[in-house]
Amino acid sequence: MLHTVNKSPYERRNLDACLERAVKGSTILLYEDAVYAALAAGGFAPRMRQAAQDFEICVLGPDLQARGIQDAPLVEGIRTVDYTGFVELVAAKGTATAWL
Amino acid sequence: MSEEPAVKKFLYLNRKAPHGTIYALEVLEMILISAMFDQDVHVAFLDDGVFQLKKGQEAKAALDIKDFGKTYRALDGYGIEKLYAERESLEERGLTADDLLVPVEVVSRRAMGALIAGMDVVLSA
Repeated sequence: MLHTVNKSPYERRNLDACLERAVKGSTILLYEDAVYAALAAGGFAPRMRQAAQDFEICVLGPDLQARGIQDAPLVEGIRTVDYTGFVELVAAKGTATAWL
Repeated sequence: MSEEPAVKKFLYLNRKAPHGTIYALEVLEMILISAMFDQDVHVAFLDDGVFQLKKGQEAKAALDIKDFGKTYRALDGYGIEKLYAERESLEERGLTADDLLVPVEVVSRRAMGALIAGMDVVLSA
């Protein structure tokens, strides 16, 4: 299963809500303002390091680039994907759940 | 040769409180539409979504907006009987199943995760 999250964890609880329910082994894609969750220097990073043990976590590159954080270190284990990668995830992972 | 139409497991995931935004009402309308298509429909309430089911809502009297809470009680008549509310979400908000305007199956957070994972289609707000 693919879970998608598009809200910053510093403002909203959407990513927490996702992490609390996603079944181990799920894939989580961070896009739009959720990409801030991937920053290694951020306060949310410890939570993401822990999450990376249980889930495959991806982040959408163009949304990092748009926000000026394309070169910032990301939490280890988080994979950057482009739009094609996003589409491939949707096609490969079956059902998608959006945590809007 | 005719084939039976495929029945998929649909889950409508409600995570938002009822009146502050249009999401709850829009999901409810999707659910009513889905009832026409003979699918295996499940409706789940978690996070602030559990507030949608609070008894005693008087949105019409108070705000002159649609009191759609009543409509949840009519879902039964459309063959939609699989309603779930997450126990932790209720507890965090000081609610119990007795506070809800419709009978639901109260499930743990873990069970909610498994329910989501077992669906063919998840529509959420």
